Amino acid sequence: MVNKRSSPWLPLFQERCVALVVWLAVGLVTTLFLWLVSEIVLQGIGVVSWEFILSAPQNAGRDGGIGPMLVATALIVGVCLGVSVPLGLGTAIVLAEYTNENRRLSQWVRRSLDVLAGVPSIVFGLFGHAFFCLFLGLGFSLLSGGMTLACMVLPLLIRSTEESLRAIPREYRLSAAALGLSRWTTVTRLLIPLALPGFAAGLILGVGRAMAETAALLFTSGYVDRFPTSLLDSGRALSVHIWDLAMNVPGGNSHAYASALVLVGLLFAINLTSSFIADQWKKHALT
Amino acid sequence: MKVGLVQEEGRTWSSYTTSSLPSDTRDAHICAAQLNVWYGDKLALHDVTLAVDRGTIAAVVGPSGCGKTSFLMCINRLTDMIPRCRVSGALHLDHLNLMSPTIDVLALRRRVGMVFQKPNPFPLSVWDNLALPLKEHGVRKRDELRQRIETVLREVGLWNDVKDRLGHSALALSGGQQQRVCLARALVLSPEVLLLDEPCSSLDPLSSGMIEDLIVSLRGRLTIVIVTHHLAQARRIADSVAVFWAQAGAGWLVESGPTQQIFDSPQHPITAAYIQGHRG
Amino acid sequence: MFSINTLSPSRSDYLLATVLRLCAVLSGVVLLLVVVFLVQEAFPALRHVGLVRLFTDDSWHPTEGLYNLLPMLWGTMLVTIGAVSLAAPLAILSAMFCQFYAPVSLARWYRRLIELLAGIPSVVYGFWGLVVLVPMIGNLHPPGPSLLAGMVVLAIMILPTIALLMEASLAAVPQEYLHGALALGLRRWTMIRNIVLPAARSGLFASAVLGVGRALGETMAVLMVCGNVVQIPHSVFAPVRTLTANIALEIAYAFGTHRSALFASGILLLLIVLGIVVVADAVKPRWTYGE
Repeated sequence: MVNKRSSPWLPLFQERCVALVVWLAVGLVTTLFLWLVSEIVLQGIGVVSWEFILSAPQNAGRDGGIGPMLVATALIVGVCLGVSVPLGLGTAIVLAEYTNENRRLSQWVRRSLDVLAGVPSIVFGLFGHAFFCLFLGLGFSLLSGGMTLACMVLPLLIRSTEESLRAIPREYRLSAAALGLSRWTTVTRLLIPLALPGFAAGLILGVGRAMAETAALLFTSGYVDRFPTSLLDSGRALSVHIWDLAMNVPGGNSHAYASALVLVGLLFAINLTSSFIADQWKKHALT
Repeated sequence: MKVGLVQEEGRTWSSYTTSSLPSDTRDAHICAAQLNVWYGDKLALHDVTLAVDRGTIAAVVGPSGCGKTSFLMCINRLTDMIPRCRVSGALHLDHLNLMSPTIDVLALRRRVGMVFQKPNPFPLSVWDNLALPLKEHGVRKRDELRQRIETVLREVGLWNDVKDRLGHSALALSGGQQQRVCLARALVLSPEVLLLDEPCSSLDPLSSGMIEDLIVSLRGRLTIVIVTHHLAQARRIADSVAVFWAQAGAGWLVESGPTQQIFDSPQHPITAAYIQGHRG
Repeated sequence: MFSINTLSPSRSDYLLATVLRLCAVLSGVVLLLVVVFLVQEAFPALRHVGLVRLFTDDSWHPTEGLYNLLPMLWGTMLVTIGAVSLAAPLAILSAMFCQFYAPVSLARWYRRLIELLAGIPSVVYGFWGLVVLVPMIGNLHPPGPSLLAGMVVLAIMILPTIALLMEASLAAVPQEYLHGALALGLRRWTMIRNIVLPAARSGLFASAVLGVGRALGETMAVLMVCGNVVQIPHSVFAPVRTLTANIALEIAYAFGTHRSALFASGILLLLIVLGIVVVADAVKPRWTYGE
């Protein structure tokens, strides 16, 4: 790695070349993404309207709207969060606060969580299909889909919350203990608020994953494009709808663009709102 | 097995310390005998026998890594918080056996306040920093909270600085002010013992002096154990001094006694050298 | 002697501990169930077909009792390797840009852009690939849906994730090193090449490995652009089918041994991810946790 001895113009030349390559790469990346986003926006914007957002699809999705898909997506994500947030938060606190970091068991738990966080969503889909749909007899339903996604999101949520709990300086715990604060107070008044940004980040990541997920939902929550009337109904998530229009419905492209635009818009909105909230929260906490 | 072995060795060492035990330990507020602290397999504090009288200021001095902080943490059982930490020996606060696994540590920590080296107010408002421990220990009425918080903030000389921004984050204060918030936070529970772990070492001389004056003003009301690197400070404020030293990674008590005696006629060569070194 | 957990005397603490433990146990059970069910469902295939035949049968024709997963495994590996080798260099350059080359405000905007793009669903990338990229490749060299299309779409998809992780590892290089280098009057690239990149090496590698995991597990994008023909491809323009796409395509109508073989391929994916996590863990810099 030691710099070769060279004549003085060479390093300068190298310097310029590398800078050029860096800017070119960034230009390429930006162009690609602008291309992608503009394609979706330009092709989709003409179709999107309140009518499109609220009404049911007709003619296999070539006409009509995406109302039922939005409802189904919301319900699936709701089930997913309802199951995974309490479990994830509780588990993360146990891992970070109630176990010894060096203990063999908790190390193994952490490692398995890392593996599970990396497991392809379709494998969770397989599990959900076998367990929720068939074994528990929930069939193709929003409940099956939501709980499958909960399993998928759970490791992410646990790990990010745990990491942010661990990142809290030990001094806070020590001085809380030195004041005779109980664990309950320490956890609820001090640690959870401090870990909230990390938890929120994990949560947003999880919501993003859940809303974007397609593969695991194909065979757990199903395809039915009617408005769902209960959690036990089958329902088509927005992402599944895009896939179906693109692959199985000739002439479905314009509505696929529009659905993609809505989905991406929703995800962007969630992203921006969450970072805004995190900023506000931080500001509030520090003043 | 291993414990026995180490304690065997310790007897020879502790011959220095027994000679310098305070003559009358019956009135001691804190009383440690042959206290050992392990972190995992590593012995951090070896066979400390020491007593601190009620209402006095005891300074614990010595080089880094000689177990001074470990000693403090035994007194409020913060050692419980450290993974793989074990404590053996005898340690009493009045008649309360601190080694008993059944004591109510939360009640104990209410009686024994502690301030750490680095100012570490919680990232909450000044008010919440002080109200949190009070509420935890049963003070619910807003009037009483307000009155106790005001009293303690006046005591640490912070009231005029912060009275208009009690709702602001304590982290927005300066280092010296933060440390005084920490001191106030420890004092607000009216403890009977105050443990200070190098409370001035990360502060500028001015703030350091203010904290020092504050400590002196508490003499008689509380029993104070202060860990410090600063021999001159120990000499100025302490009634008694204990000199710790590290040998093979384990801290032990070289000598303890009244401040005057330790500084003017140290019994042990290590003490003499340590004090000389700092004089020269 | 005594441990922390036995000491909390107040009742709410016991309640808290109990409730939290319950959560932890439940999560553990759920996640254990995932593995148990996969294995249980895959078991018939392993018994009737056997592990060896899953890799040595003539081809993948479940209706005729032929269960060779090898073409799909090749598909998965080639798409993944291609995607990561396209994405990783761009990601490093992006990370360097944000940390060292861009003015602060520009870096912030670029980072925001990358963050937003990391959140775009894979089905949207797949759709874009299907309507934009596949016809382009088709013009170049028919048929269009191909290994190449999969590589490019996946590369674009994983790039934001890798770039963000890599930037984090560049940012984690201690400032003192940089100040030291600047104080010596080193040029920017000299400093990056000799100090930053070596110091961030393990973090960069771990990021790329995580990118591998992401690419490997992707289903929808490859399903939409790769053509899904069961074959070991002879060129980048040939269509391929990956393990994940295979599951998505066939699980709906599969039953019996066929279904079971799909679960076996799920376990195969899980094992590959396991290997990746072990590798990533081994090279991961130690600053993530620990005191």
